[in-house]
Amino acid sequence: MLGAPWVVGVAFAYLLLLFAVASFGDRRARQGRSVIGTPWIYALSMAVYCSAWTYFGSVGRAASGGVWFLPIYLGPMLAMILAWMLLRKMIRIAREHRITSIADFIASRYGKSQALAGLVTLITVVGIVPYIALQLKGIAVAYALMTNAPGAPVTDATPWWADSTFYVALALAGFTIVFGARHLDSAERHEGMVAAIAFESMVKLLAFLAVGAFAVWGLFDGLGDLFARARAVPELARLLTLGQGTGFAYEQWFALTMLSGLSVLCLPRQFQVMVVENVDERHLKRAAWVFPLYLLLINLFVLPIALAGLLHFGAGANAEGFVLTLPLAAGREGLALLAFVGGLSAATGMVIVEAIAVSTMVCNDLVMPLLLRTRRFRAAAGRDHTAFLLGIRRAAIVCILLLGYLYFRLAGEAYALVGIGLISFAAVAQFAPAMLGGMYWKGGTREGALAGLLAGFAIWIYTLMLPSIAKSGWWSTGFVEHGPFGIALLKPEALLGMARLDYLTHSLFWSLLANIGLYVAVSLWRAPSAGETSQALLFVDVFHRNAAAGPAFWRGRARVADLLPLLGRFLGTARAEALFDEHARQRGVPHRDALQPDARLVRFVERQLAGAIGSASARVMVASVVEEEPLDLDDVMRILDEASQIRAYSHRLEQVTEELKRANEQLKSLDRLKDDFMSSVTHELRTPLTSIRALAELMRDDEQMPAAQRQEFLDIVVAETERLSRLVNQVLDMAKIESGHAEWHNTDVDLRKLLTQAVQTTTEMMRERGATVDLHMPETLPLLRADADRLIQVLLNLLSNAAKFVPRGSGHIDVRLESDSTGVTIAVQDNGPGVPAGQRELIFERFRQGGDALNRPQGTGLGLPISRQIVEHFGGSMWLRDDTAQGACFCFSLPWPASGAGTNSGDKT
Amino acid sequence: MLESLRSQRLLALFCAGLALLNFPLLALWDRDSSMLGLPLFPIALFVLWAGLIAVLALILEGRED
Repeated sequence: MLGAPWVVGVAFAYLLLLFAVASFGDRRARQGRSVIGTPWIYALSMAVYCSAWTYFGSVGRAASGGVWFLPIYLGPMLAMILAWMLLRKMIRIAREHRITSIADFIASRYGKSQALAGLVTLITVVGIVPYIALQLKGIAVAYALMTNAPGAPVTDATPWWADSTFYVALALAGFTIVFGARHLDSAERHEGMVAAIAFESMVKLLAFLAVGAFAVWGLFDGLGDLFARARAVPELARLLTLGQGTGFAYEQWFALTMLSGLSVLCLPRQFQVMVVENVDERHLKRAAWVFPLYLLLINLFVLPIALAGLLHFGAGANAEGFVLTLPLAAGREGLALLAFVGGLSAATGMVIVEAIAVSTMVCNDLVMPLLLRTRRFRAAAGRDHTAFLLGIRRAAIVCILLLGYLYFRLAGEAYALVGIGLISFAAVAQFAPAMLGGMYWKGGTREGALAGLLAGFAIWIYTLMLPSIAKSGWWSTGFVEHGPFGIALLKPEALLGMARLDYLTHSLFWSLLANIGLYVAVSLWRAPSAGETSQALLFVDVFHRNAAAGPAFWRGRARVADLLPLLGRFLGTARAEALFDEHARQRGVPHRDALQPDARLVRFVERQLAGAIGSASARVMVASVVEEEPLDLDDVMRILDEASQIRAYSHRLEQVTEELKRANEQLKSLDRLKDDFMSSVTHELRTPLTSIRALAELMRDDEQMPAAQRQEFLDIVVAETERLSRLVNQVLDMAKIESGHAEWHNTDVDLRKLLTQAVQTTTEMMRERGATVDLHMPETLPLLRADADRLIQVLLNLLSNAAKFVPRGSGHIDVRLESDSTGVTIAVQDNGPGVPAGQRELIFERFRQGGDALNRPQGTGLGLPISRQIVEHFGGSMWLRDDTAQGACFCFSLPWPASGAGTNSGDKT
Repeated sequence: MLESLRSQRLLALFCAGLALLNFPLLALWDRDSSMLGLPLFPIALFVLWAGLIAVLALILEGRED
């Protein structure tokens, strides 16, 4: 044992450290350098799930039931697998609607119902008080174990004013107020608190692992030794199996897994850290597996510690204290203190977050609606309520902790920690149908949710709460054993004679059956109202449309002069004005006074107000300062249609803008091409014109010029004029083809005949240059539908090009026609110098001629581009083969018509 | 909700976890034997659990979505 001053001193020092961590977190948040913006801190803050119940209770459960402590952690494991879908949706919804508690979440979904918010809050308070008592009991028992002599009773009958637990409760209330209700935040986020909770999670995990390692390797010779010795004892050996020889209660295993899986989503403190305090929903990606990993680690040594304790102390010992008594018994007081601090952190973490969450709910969903009904509160319309709101929250925190202490004094002794915890779990699990159903089913109504919750809660009270009170000795257990008034069918733990299930599974089955059954049945009784439908659409389709930019389900008249003071009353005037300015900026309005009091502004005010006083109260307050026209279902659907139409229009608009942009780019580049073309054409025209003019001037000025020279000059003038007309013709030709105004006279063309004709036409030119032409063609060829004159033009162009470049006297040109199933290919190969690699594509551009400027033959530079255009008009292509060893080889292909591809021309008409 | 491959994988993993951690598959491990000197049943539970976490981490941290 340790001296009380030591233990109290360490506990106090630890709380101070926690305080330092929390204020560090708050300070960094104010500086904008958040410490909690990582998925690791987020996951650690989720571990607030592990309370004193885990820390002390699990070992107790393991000592009596073996692995039965595990379903409480396997449930969250399974729930976390779905977190990426479920939890992310909850976070998104909560952010869109500024939802700050689970009561607000459910109430907001079913048309912002005050009744629903109040009911959820009431269930939470009733259900959670035992859970807070459990934490206080954990601290009290731990303190007693640390300071009393071994074997002494852990609690004695001190009056409440001398009971240290009472002061622990007050201290925790003070701590919670400092970090949870010091100032009003319209998003209910508490960075310092989250930092402290994450720190506590580290402390409790390390402390528990340290005790576990000590129990296994300090007291025993490793895990193998521990388990071997446990197996030698028959009572302990049975702990290592599932059914412990009595058959496996699989329905209870399943019920516990489901219960804890639902609770991890529905517990107010889990909702607070996982949904409200979430910084970035992408953090879920890592936290969803780190949190289960944390649960696995903290459970790793539960069974070994339980077995070690049972082997060390014998079967009758208080197993819930093994974490402390094992190190104490071995004289390791330092380790015992660490374990005590770990237990303290588990309990305080849970109490702080739970109290903050529940106080928000009590303030927003129980006290505010009542206040809003009183005349005095309404009369004080001009006053600033922020201080008043804070006062309510602080009072709520103190009340919750005192209620917990009261429960601890009255009933704490009767139940093991695990029993109390499960009662609370079963209460909050009642929220699951309305919450999860509301997220995925649009048909749920306010009455359905109310009926389901009421029925589930009533059955929970009757089958779980009342029997537990009776068993605590405050009531005769007669009605549990024989049923009320002796009616056996109504026995609370065997309703309608269902005696096969254990009391928890039994209660869970009946309460959830009634809950889900009534929720669905009553919801189906009538179609959802306009208010329910609008919220249902916003909740269920939250990933498809967001509340800020989505449809605004409101119609009426409002004034900025009413809305701004309203927000100021609950958030403070300065904050309200800043929010209005920000909203004005987002809407593109210079100043808040210029804001239009339209549906979006009203909705903005309502959302901001919802963060401070809950969505249901915010609805009432906003409705009190604006003139609203009630919406019916048709209006809701129409607003929704308009919103989706606007979205569709804006999408279409974006598409059209994109198309226009592309078209504009194309036009610009065409314009550039046109400019290039014009300058090239004028350049080409100027060259012959210059020489014609120069020669004409020479002949005019020199009257003595010999007749022979004059004749020579005139020949040049005639040749240049011919070149000019050829150029002009080709430019016109080109322009016609490009603009699509060219005339095409398509007939069935025999390519063999065409080729022969082309070669014959160039015979004279070839003879002049001393070049030979070889023609290779298949024996037969189908007819091709094309313009014969145009094709001749292409062939002549290629042949004359080849003739220009072949060496004089030894030129050789091969013309080859090949056909396959897709079309014909005609290749014109010469033995000239060929085209340099860099110019292979350039020569198909206008006015780009092959060869160097000095010795290149006469040409307009338009022949090849025109040929290519013609070939492409018939669906073919023209290219320069680049695999020839010597000379140039121009090819073009023409496809067979699509219908007769690869067949003979028989089907052509 | 189930548009992405990741969501479908998660749902499949959830079903697998539900089956593995409940009757009757769980009862398969409930026999009086040991592995490396440790009792089979608790070891099996923790190994199954760790396996689920590993696959969950793989699905969530993977690039694909």
